[in-house]
Formats: sequence, structure tokens, C-alpha cells
Amino acid sequence: MNTTADASRLAGIQPGDTLPERFFTTDIIQSMLYNAVLWNAHRIHFDEPYAKNVEGYPGLVTAGPLLGDWLHQCLEEWLGEDGRITAIEYSNRIASYIDETVHSGGTVTACDHATGEVTVDVFIKNEAGDVITPGVATVRFTDA
Amino acid sequence: MTALLSEELLSTIGRQSEPRREIVTRRDIRKYAVATGNRQRKYLDGDEAPPMFHVPLFWDVVELDQLTPDGVSIDSLLPKFPLEKAMAGGLKIEYLKPVYPGDWLTATRTLTDIYEKQGRSGALIFYEVVMDITNDDGELVIREKTTRILR
Repeated sequence: MNTTADASRLAGIQPGDTLPERFFTTDIIQSMLYNAVLWNAHRIHFDEPYAKNVEGYPGLVTAGPLLGDWLHQCLEEWLGEDGRITAIEYSNRIASYIDETVHSGGTVTACDHATGEVTVDVFIKNEAGDVITPGVATVRFTDA
Repeated sequence: MTALLSEELLSTIGRQSEPRREIVTRRDIRKYAVATGNRQRKYLDGDEAPPMFHVPLFWDVVELDQLTPDGVSIDSLLPKFPLEKAMAGGLKIEYLKPVYPGDWLTATRTLTDIYEKQGRSGALIFYEVVMDITNDDGELVIREKTTRILR
């Protein structure tokens, strides 16, 4: 852990800073692995006729917590080893579907240079530009 | 008591699940990191658990005959609600300590609130479930609050 580097990293952070965006496209294989890891057998994730005809979705649905995980990855890839996520609040507003490309991003809204606590608005947007998973996270830079 | 929520239903607030104790393994971390598209080496190698790893760790391992034909399981913590169509829910997660392979974690879920609100197209029922995850020293590691909306 390099204290000097961490301190200078935090010193350069201010409200309005944006996080690097990342694009995600989940194919049916990744979706299968994710739901298997969860032990999630809901047919809307792997049975296309069921998802469309019974539950009325336009396609196979991406599992909601996967979108939540991507918010965390967006934050952690920006933080690197300089800090940790201490809290996050998010909601799944709009469904996402297999083979759809979505992207994550965020904006710093508050920064306490004394404590190292930084608040970030994060999002997952779909191709139409709608925010499908909005969130607010608190991160703490170490060695503040 | 409200139009939708009987005393009997409201009396289930405070209901708690049996604590569930699970071990964190390198292999399970690696599978989760790969399946979520994680790009950080420490997670792909299973050296540390990424945030949200508690989601698969404590997802109920239900047996086949407990799944409905739709492939879902019934959450035994919840009472029968007079509204059943689930809408988008929200999550609030606090991370207090990092999680590493070899850690034993214990999760206890509590139904902490049930309330009714008037939505634009009718009544809505909200309920909240808090999952507290502690380590073997009794320290809180993660607290997750789920809010779900029924219409």
C-alpha cells in the first residue's frame, strides 16, 4: 500500500468527476453460468418460449443482481487499490435482456478529503439511453 | 391495520429466518468472478471475495421438489400478501469488512417492515427484509436491506 500515492489520488478527486464507462453484453452462456452460481432456476432466464409466452417478456431476462454487480465493478475499476466500497443503494427499474448491450458509469457528487469518503451516483443504461439501474454509492479512500 | 394489511399480516414483522452458516471457498469466488465478467485478478484468482459475493453464498439451495414449475422457490420468511405482482425492488448494502476464502459467515434474515402506499394506479404493498452477515467472532461483515414492491 503506497500511502503517498493514495493521498494524492484522493486530493485530485472532486464532485463532477466521471467514472470510466464500461459496456456489457451478456450472452446466454454467461447468463447460464451466473444463474447456476446463484442456484437461480427461474425460467425467464433460460426458457425463451416461457419468458415470451407466459411472462410476456420480449426475450430472456438478465438476472437483476447481475446489473447490481456491474455497478460495483464500475466503482471498483475506478477505485483500483486506492479504496473500497462501503455502501451502495440501487434499484432495478427496467429489465435487461440477453444479448442487449448496456453500459455502466457514474459521477462523483461529494468528496470529503479529510475522511476519504466519496459519494458517487452510478448507473446502468440500455441502448436507448434509459437508466435501467440507478444507484448511489459511498466509497472510502484508504490512508486519507 | 390498513385496507390491505390485516393485524395478522402485520404481526409477521420481526419474523426471523434460521441463521445459515456457510464457508467461503476460492473455487466459489472464482466461479462468481468469471460469471459476472469481473476483470480484477484478485477476484478471478479467488484471493478475495468481490462485493455481492454474499448473494450467491446465501441464495437458498432449494431441492428440486421445492421449486415451482416456473423454477422459483417460495420464500418461507414471507407471509401471504393480498397483492402478488412483484415490481422493481431496491437494495441497500453496507460493507463493513472484506471477505476472504476460508471465512465462515452466518446470515440471518429478518422481515423488518410491511407497509402500504397509494400508487398512481392503486394500492402498493412494500416489504423490507434485512440480512445481517456476521463472522465467527460475531462481527457484522455485511448488512443488506431489500425492499420489494407488490401491486
